[in-house]
Amino acid sequence: MILHDLISFEVLRLIWWALLGVLLIGFALTDGFDMGVGALLPFVGKTDVERRVVINTIGPVWEGNQVWFILGGGAIFAAWPPLYAVSFSGFYLAMFAILAALILRPVGFKYRSKRDSAKWRSSWDWALFVGGAAPALLFGVAVGNVLLGVPFHLTEDLMPMYDGSFYGKFLGLLRPFALLCGVVSLSMLIMHGAAWLSLKTKGMVAFRAQRIGTVAGMVAAGGYALAGLWLAFGIDGFHITSEIVTDGPSNPLFKEVVHEGSWLVAYTQRPWILIAPVLGFVGIFMAVRGLREGFEVSTFLWSKLAILGVISSVGLTMFPFILPSTVDPRSSLTVWDSSSSHLTLFVMLVATVIFLPIILAYTAWVYKVLWGKVTEDDVTSSHSAY
Amino acid sequence: MELDVVELSRLQFAMTALYHFLFVPLTLGLSILVAIMETVYVMTGRPIWRQMTKFWGTLFGINFVLGVATGITMEFQFGMNWSYYSHYVGDIFGAPLAVEGLMAFFLEATFVGLFFFGWDKLSRVAHCIVAWLVAIGSNFSALWILIANGWMVNPVGAEFNPETMRMEMTNFFEVVFNEVAQAKFVHTVSAGYITASIFVLGVSAWYMLKGRHVELARRSISVAASFGLAASLSVVVLGDESGYSASHTQKMKLAAIEAMWETEPAPAHFTLIGFPDQEARETHYAVHIPWVMGLIGTRSLTQEIPGINELVAESEARIRSGIIAYDELMTIRAERDATPEEVRANFEARSADLGYALLLKRYVDDPREATEEQIKMAADDTVPGVAPLFWSFRIMVGLGFSFIALTGLFFVLSNFRRKSYPRWVLRLAVLWIPLPWIAAEMGWIVAEYGRQPWTVDGILPTALSASHLSVGDLLFTLAGFAIFYTVLFIVEMGLMLKYIRKGPQEDVEATEEWMRRHEHRLRTHDGKGPFADVPAE
Repeated sequence: MILHDLISFEVLRLIWWALLGVLLIGFALTDGFDMGVGALLPFVGKTDVERRVVINTIGPVWEGNQVWFILGGGAIFAAWPPLYAVSFSGFYLAMFAILAALILRPVGFKYRSKRDSAKWRSSWDWALFVGGAAPALLFGVAVGNVLLGVPFHLTEDLMPMYDGSFYGKFLGLLRPFALLCGVVSLSMLIMHGAAWLSLKTKGMVAFRAQRIGTVAGMVAAGGYALAGLWLAFGIDGFHITSEIVTDGPSNPLFKEVVHEGSWLVAYTQRPWILIAPVLGFVGIFMAVRGLREGFEVSTFLWSKLAILGVISSVGLTMFPFILPSTVDPRSSLTVWDSSSSHLTLFVMLVATVIFLPIILAYTAWVYKVLWGKVTEDDVTSSHSAY
Repeated sequence: MELDVVELSRLQFAMTALYHFLFVPLTLGLSILVAIMETVYVMTGRPIWRQMTKFWGTLFGINFVLGVATGITMEFQFGMNWSYYSHYVGDIFGAPLAVEGLMAFFLEATFVGLFFFGWDKLSRVAHCIVAWLVAIGSNFSALWILIANGWMVNPVGAEFNPETMRMEMTNFFEVVFNEVAQAKFVHTVSAGYITASIFVLGVSAWYMLKGRHVELARRSISVAASFGLAASLSVVVLGDESGYSASHTQKMKLAAIEAMWETEPAPAHFTLIGFPDQEARETHYAVHIPWVMGLIGTRSLTQEIPGINELVAESEARIRSGIIAYDELMTIRAERDATPEEVRANFEARSADLGYALLLKRYVDDPREATEEQIKMAADDTVPGVAPLFWSFRIMVGLGFSFIALTGLFFVLSNFRRKSYPRWVLRLAVLWIPLPWIAAEMGWIVAEYGRQPWTVDGILPTALSASHLSVGDLLFTLAGFAIFYTVLFIVEMGLMLKYIRKGPQEDVEATEEWMRRHEHRLRTHDGKGPFADVPAE
């Protein structure tokens, strides 16, 4: 196998860093509206039929959407094994909470309508609420912690260890800045879910969704701006001080890192990345405007662009860092030293280039088949509706 | 067993994996059975086949959702609980997991929604294709996860890189076409097909005993009996293939399953039953069948199969060689580019034994300082628990043969005397419903417990693979999973039983109308086979 020399190690690492972003954004765009809808469920649906309408807008698609999350896990494992090893064990209890919420959700969709009892159904409604809101909040908290840096170090054998008594424990993650990021994430996904409902429903459900979505969008924009100011004035970034070797072995301990200066220095070094936060703000603004005016398709598209802008702004700001360490900055994981081998990255790229377009094509086809609003008649007349 | 993080992590993994595998086999098999039923519907246009598709499809859906939900845990648990494992072999192990997502999960998950919601939105043929895509997606996912699992048993196509302190892939095709993975794949999906077939047989038999939905039950039995018989034969043949490949890739597992302490003169006998005693290294009250083991394991009369004691001696030699490799690795790490070529060359020659030196890490931080006694202890550690393997294996195989008998019986009855299933046969089928699950779980115990003390055979010991967590973390999540999964299991079983009791709910009128019109033909039906009985609409 010499084929993989066709693309240099450095370029492959960059591609996989971008693909990591594509997967996370893909997850937020698709499963994001499922989570937003879950979080909105008790508030936009007041009667059982209304709630069934809400659930049935995502009923046929949540399963496929959730695969973005699972694929994200698999792709991080394959392309960034140290990131997979350090982050999931480091955020152990938070990951457990996310898993519990995400397991609850599919079961809720599927099982809620299988019994008529009002108590059974309202229990699952709350399960769906938690299953939507909790991960939406926790993913943001996790991103906040990544920006702040986490207290891990790697031994000489590259075994990840976690320091401090609180780390790995859930409460230790709930630092103020991280919570702010959680609020941004939650409100942004609620806005996204509202945009979806505005597209897929009509009447009172759509009206309530638009009203709540407008508020959520404003919270998201405010929180995002506040987080930016906080990063500019209150939080130290990380910077590599040794010579940067872009095609060296994946061993984080071969470099030197300092934990000082601002993350936002990146915007003076690479001014073009300003496009990401601008897109984030414009997207949110246009989505909020669309929700107020009652636009449907364009609102959903702007909401997608907002998510794209906000998430990519985090990745671009931190580049080349992926997971910085506060206790031993040298152990920080970066694009240049925590990837898979040259061959594995190449093989995985080939697999992605073959399958991702196919996936996008049939997903688009399924959405096309399911195009149109879900009405109360649809859910009451159909046996297969949730 | 002391409550340390490694043991608790193993317990949690075993629990969540065995639980996940309660749902997977039924998904694998039922997806195909449902697709077959829908195909018959599309080809013949008879509404009863659509009713069958929807009815079994509903049960499929209740089961599928828990398979998906519990599968999420599996995808993330390697990183959460086995972080050194993830670092050490992620370069190889992660790839099939990611391809599984790309190739299989998206396919099944995207189309399963359309399967349930698309009846009115798609043409008959298009909907049938959707059903097949779900089935293909499910079965592809088994392929890729078993390629990953097969690599843990037979780690081909990879080598150790001292600079990154991990295994790295050298040949993707060797990983994909690993003989162990291929045998495991067919064996596992066949087990899934049996599970679904016996599930369909059992539920249908229950309807026939009750005299309900008889036409639906009769046709379901016809499909499930043929499919199940083919699968039962395949599972035994492929189990045999696994045994053959185990004789050169997993010698210790094979010897432990057979409780074969000493190397026997070829051809080795097969121990039908007995009581293995790990302390004394002998098997009490053993009943042997001559030649059989030698034939299964080597397909020859002259090749020997090594016994446990001989393999322990081999391990000890490899531990000693591994200690030298470890010393060379430390030199390479300290000197980096200044390492003498000779040391590098020696290390490469010996790096296959490095994992054996890591077995010593349980007893001493630096394997180079291990005492003679510690080396002996580490060599003894390479023997997995013999009695659990011996028994799990025998239960699995015994059940496997019973499935051939049961599906064979139904196959004969459904083809030659279709009008009358004796009541005892129907009762037997109802009683047999849970047994494929037991066989499948036993199979996983043989596969995973039999690989101990390694997570990756000869490469990375289990004791070294776990994350740096506290016992408290583990107890919390273990209790969480136990409670959460138990509740879900109760809910799932409750719904399953409820929907089985309710029977088919859809297309009832169309089916009844169709049956009334063809009542005469149905009654005088003379057993020309399930698909030739009545004219199409």
